[in-house]
Amino acid sequence: MAPPAQSQRSPSRPQPSGKSEVSDLKLQLRQLAGSRAPGVDDSKRELFKKVISYMTIGIDVSSLFGEMVMCSATSDIVLKKMCYLYVGNYAKVNPDLALLTINFLQRDCHDEDPMIRGLALRSLCSLRVANLVEYLVGPLGSGLKDSNSYVRMVAVIGVLKLYHISASTCVDADFPSILKHLMLNDSDTQVVANCLSALQEIWSAEASTSEEATRERETLISKPVIYYLLNRIKEFNEWAQCLVLELVTKYVPSDSSEIFDIMNLLEDRLQHANGAVVLATIKVFLHLTLSMTDVHQQVYERIKAPLLTLVSSGSPEQSYAVLSHLHLLVMRAPYIFSSDYKHFYCQYNEPSYVKRLKLEMLTAVANDSNTYEIVTELCEYAANVDIPIARESIRAVGKIALQQYDVNAIVDRLLQFLEMEKDYVTAEALVLVKDLLRKYPQWSHDCIAVVGNISSKNVQEPKAKAALLWMLGEYSQDMQDAPYILESLVENWDEEHSAEVRLHLLTAVMKCFFKRPPETQNALGAALAAGIADFHQDVHDRALFYYRILQYNVSVAERVVNPPKQAVSVFADTQSSEIKDRIFDEFNSLSVVYQKPSYMFTDKEHRGPFEFSDELGNLSIGGELADDVVSAQRVEENDKDLLLTTSEKEETRGSSSNDSAYTAPYDSSSASVFASQTQIESAISNPTAAGHSPQASLAIDDLLGLGIPSVPAAPSPQLKLNTKAALDPSTFQHKWRQLPVALSQEFLLSPQGVAALTAPQALLRHMQSHSIHCIASGGQSPNFKFFFFAQKAEESSNYLVECIINTSTAKAQIKVKADDQSTSQAFSTLFQSALSKFGIP
Amino acid sequence: MISQFFVLSQRGDNIVFRDYRGEVVKGSAEIFFRKVKFWKEDGQEEAPPVFNVDGVNYFHVKVVGLLFVATTRVNVSPSLVLELLQRVARVIKDYLGVLSEDSLRKNFVLVYELLDEVIDFGYVQTTSTEVLKSYVFNEPIVVDAARLQPLGPAAIFMQGTKRMPGTAVTKSVVANEPGGRKREEIFVDIIEKISVTFSSSGYILTSEIDGTIQMKSFLTGNPEIRLALNEDLSIGRGGSVYDYRSSSGAGVVILDDCNFHESVRLDSFDMDRTLALVPPDGEFPVMNYRMTQEFKPPFRISCLIEEAGHLKAEVILKVHAEFPSNITANTIVVQMPLPKYTARASFELEPGAIGQRTDFKEVNKKLEWGLKKIVGGSEHSLRAKLTFSQESHANITKEAGPVSMTFTIPMYNASRLQVKYLQIAKKSSSYNPYRWVRYVTQANSYVARI
Repeated sequence: MAPPAQSQRSPSRPQPSGKSEVSDLKLQLRQLAGSRAPGVDDSKRELFKKVISYMTIGIDVSSLFGEMVMCSATSDIVLKKMCYLYVGNYAKVNPDLALLTINFLQRDCHDEDPMIRGLALRSLCSLRVANLVEYLVGPLGSGLKDSNSYVRMVAVIGVLKLYHISASTCVDADFPSILKHLMLNDSDTQVVANCLSALQEIWSAEASTSEEATRERETLISKPVIYYLLNRIKEFNEWAQCLVLELVTKYVPSDSSEIFDIMNLLEDRLQHANGAVVLATIKVFLHLTLSMTDVHQQVYERIKAPLLTLVSSGSPEQSYAVLSHLHLLVMRAPYIFSSDYKHFYCQYNEPSYVKRLKLEMLTAVANDSNTYEIVTELCEYAANVDIPIARESIRAVGKIALQQYDVNAIVDRLLQFLEMEKDYVTAEALVLVKDLLRKYPQWSHDCIAVVGNISSKNVQEPKAKAALLWMLGEYSQDMQDAPYILESLVENWDEEHSAEVRLHLLTAVMKCFFKRPPETQNALGAALAAGIADFHQDVHDRALFYYRILQYNVSVAERVVNPPKQAVSVFADTQSSEIKDRIFDEFNSLSVVYQKPSYMFTDKEHRGPFEFSDELGNLSIGGELADDVVSAQRVEENDKDLLLTTSEKEETRGSSSNDSAYTAPYDSSSASVFASQTQIESAISNPTAAGHSPQASLAIDDLLGLGIPSVPAAPSPQLKLNTKAALDPSTFQHKWRQLPVALSQEFLLSPQGVAALTAPQALLRHMQSHSIHCIASGGQSPNFKFFFFAQKAEESSNYLVECIINTSTAKAQIKVKADDQSTSQAFSTLFQSALSKFGIP
Repeated sequence: MISQFFVLSQRGDNIVFRDYRGEVVKGSAEIFFRKVKFWKEDGQEEAPPVFNVDGVNYFHVKVVGLLFVATTRVNVSPSLVLELLQRVARVIKDYLGVLSEDSLRKNFVLVYELLDEVIDFGYVQTTSTEVLKSYVFNEPIVVDAARLQPLGPAAIFMQGTKRMPGTAVTKSVVANEPGGRKREEIFVDIIEKISVTFSSSGYILTSEIDGTIQMKSFLTGNPEIRLALNEDLSIGRGGSVYDYRSSSGAGVVILDDCNFHESVRLDSFDMDRTLALVPPDGEFPVMNYRMTQEFKPPFRISCLIEEAGHLKAEVILKVHAEFPSNITANTIVVQMPLPKYTARASFELEPGAIGQRTDFKEVNKKLEWGLKKIVGGSEHSLRAKLTFSQESHANITKEAGPVSMTFTIPMYNASRLQVKYLQIAKKSSSYNPYRWVRYVTQANSYVARI
């Protein structure tokens, strides 16, 4: 515990100066230390409290160390606890003192009261003094075997503390494997949960250097462990449930019936009052069903109500965390939430960060049937006292207009904004009208009539002014006063502080000149002169450029400055779909709240136990060089799929009530539906024998030791690949993270192939012709790295390949991971033969 | 996994500070407080509950003016940490009876003891007051509750009706009472927050009830409890589409959705709408629910603005209580933003008005009208004369409003959800503890557009 800085303290308590009080305390403690008089413990308590309160204030009471330790030779647990607190505070800065306490703490570790054993052990491990670790091993070892679960609970976390002080001591004492055994056998669920936390941390840290640790980490998400934990899920407390659920999201079930079993088992977790449990459950559901479009959509329908309930219950802070997640889902599948738009209406007393999320959601869910009401609501916010929100509401109206086919009514609203005569409303509306005209030039007539009435003096914001100028230039033939407005603006050139506006002014005058030369000539001359004299480099350059091109040839100038324009059909999205997928992958984490993937805000060592190496993330940016990268295409397709099935889903929705089981609509025979809890439990535990009995757990231990399954030798030559295989990047990452390496090989490339690699895109196209698709690629000569995937022709069994090619040695290294390991050899053969043909015409 | 936990006072003083993992810089509390205080230069926006400064994530929740903060470098679940902070506050309150800066300072040794058991090396161990009781040994020093603003929704029962034993809500779950023996009692509070938006023509645009059944048990021996709700209660509306016309026959309560506390067993819920539970010690929500079914709003608001000559206008506000006359709402505040160019406002209350106050907030140009209480069925009105500092071009109604209202109505619930009976399973027939079932409705967002 760090003593808090006490700058301003309440005047009610006298501020002790320090020295004399401390020596006074020392004296009193010494008197009490040997005393056995009745009631002495009470007086000790009072003194200890005083010591600790001085410590908290920041007075150095370390000189009392000896007396404190002496007084603690008592059975009074309150005294002990205070003493531990005191010791923990001074040990780190004062290792010599810490050594003094070791003895006394070690003795307490053998006390007959389990509470004292546990507390002493916790204090011992919290000393954080590196040269004392040797004293920890013994007490920790016996703590892990203690008959009392409280002591074991403390000991498990103690192991983790030891690991952070000295990793080698911890590993050498074989503590990780003891924890593993405890995790699978202990009767106390908090001990199990602590083992899981500790092991995830230890093995993740070790994984960078040790193959074995990597394997051990993988076993945490193996079927026996996952089922063992899932079967006990209700025995865990709510926080440990979150831990287990987070682990389950990393698990890849072998088939769909397994998926339904897990979902049915966890179904009632969605009704938990703790939002963290619900979100963790939702993450499991979403990730399990990623590849099953229909069920995935059912999941969205199912989680809607619990999410909305969480948003409206609990503290504003909690509801914000949930709302951020709801926001993510709404942005992913807006049409599923389009009938819930009223839930996204802003309440006047909500903080801005909540309103902002809601405005985005309202924009996203707007469709033919609800646009009118949404826009009406948004217009109410435009007059809001909260000006930033009012602005965003207007922007939202504009965005809706840009995404709708029928914008008739919306244009009217926007034009009404322009008439509201509030500066910021006018400014925002102008920018929107400009964007609208770029998309729907057919509205120019109505808009220009209104825009023409706006006095440019009332428009001050650079963005709005630029928008107005753009319209003046673009539609100068329809606006009577355009040349004169422009002229007056040119006259006040020096008062215009924004370079952006001056640039737009130049262009607008040019455009106007081509349409109405005699009226604009003067203004143009003045603008060019002012522009060339401008101190801003861009403005200067543009003016000079216009001047010279006009000198060279006026008709060429017109073609350059004022060409016929095509309407913009889609405005660029600010966030790439890849980043969005990554955030979705990190559901139920800060990534969702920040709207950024974790690599943008966390250091490498804090990314969590199963974080996929960011290699893929970086590489895939390089992958854009190949225009036929499948990912983008795939995401779009996926969206269309969802769209198509919305209508079907409407029909089935009536039947899906709270307790509905998940079914696979496309294959009713394989989807085993379990209506009742007990059935599921037996179904899960029977085939795998992962029950609670000790024998069963032993079996698991065996299973865990297995490691990588061996690769079957006989390749099946009949392996056929799906020519239209598709896999989105997040699923790829997800699978890559989970599947073990089935096969890893190295071979030589043909010289022609190496030569052809000067253009890496060619390889991607070549492999695609063999039904092997690239999902990410990168690197520079001589080292190239590719991630490929392929799918079996008749089933959705995936192969993932990491391929590293060194062009100087002509060597290719591949790592294959496969859903169906038995065919990975056959696939590898296919892959190699495809690669060997590269560059050979 | 969290790295540090601390509690700051409103002024930014450290009241409690615990570093669990030593991964975050020492000055984090100051960094945090400065960031929260000066989130945006204009001071207009408040800081979100979660933000990141130099790779450190700061989480905070506000409880009775105190800031409960956690830090971490790891990409954790925000819900988990925020829920945890809220829960830590509740556990401390269970122990101390009253949560305040004063009670925290007086009991900091106990609070550290609690924190050490709740979180170990950044991992949550338990937040159950019940479990913690066996690990925590310091006795709370109870502060005088009477002069303190109590915490939590249950606090609303302390004002108004005398039947409510006000002290119980500020009673520590663990401390022994002066008399020695604890009083056997259990509190079940049905707390509903309602949100209604009226259009300018008085038509209901949206309405929602967010309710909680809150329990605080002081029963010894943890007997099982059965709570029976309305028999005709149904959960889940076919779709989630709002539909105000098709409210099914009177008396039927349809919840959109609900969730339950861990301890609640729903074995017979489908059959007879009964919740069975063994209540753990401390305060906890048995059930949270949400309802968009049509309900009768407790108040009707009407507002009229008229120009009254050059640079002058008149506002007439009327509030009509639509609930029965044996019920009284209290602490009512009606607010309305006025046009920005309003220079002065003078008020005229109805004749014989008692316990009412009016105010014109110069800074944000807001009209505020407070009423101590409103009896069911009555109507109150306020007339305000405004003087403008400049000519207005636009429609005044576009420049003012909406009217918003806050209130508390004890012994009233808009949803008609009821606890039909509260059964305590216990050995002897002489055992008859006090049972308090209390209802209250509060405004969450009650807005009328003009």
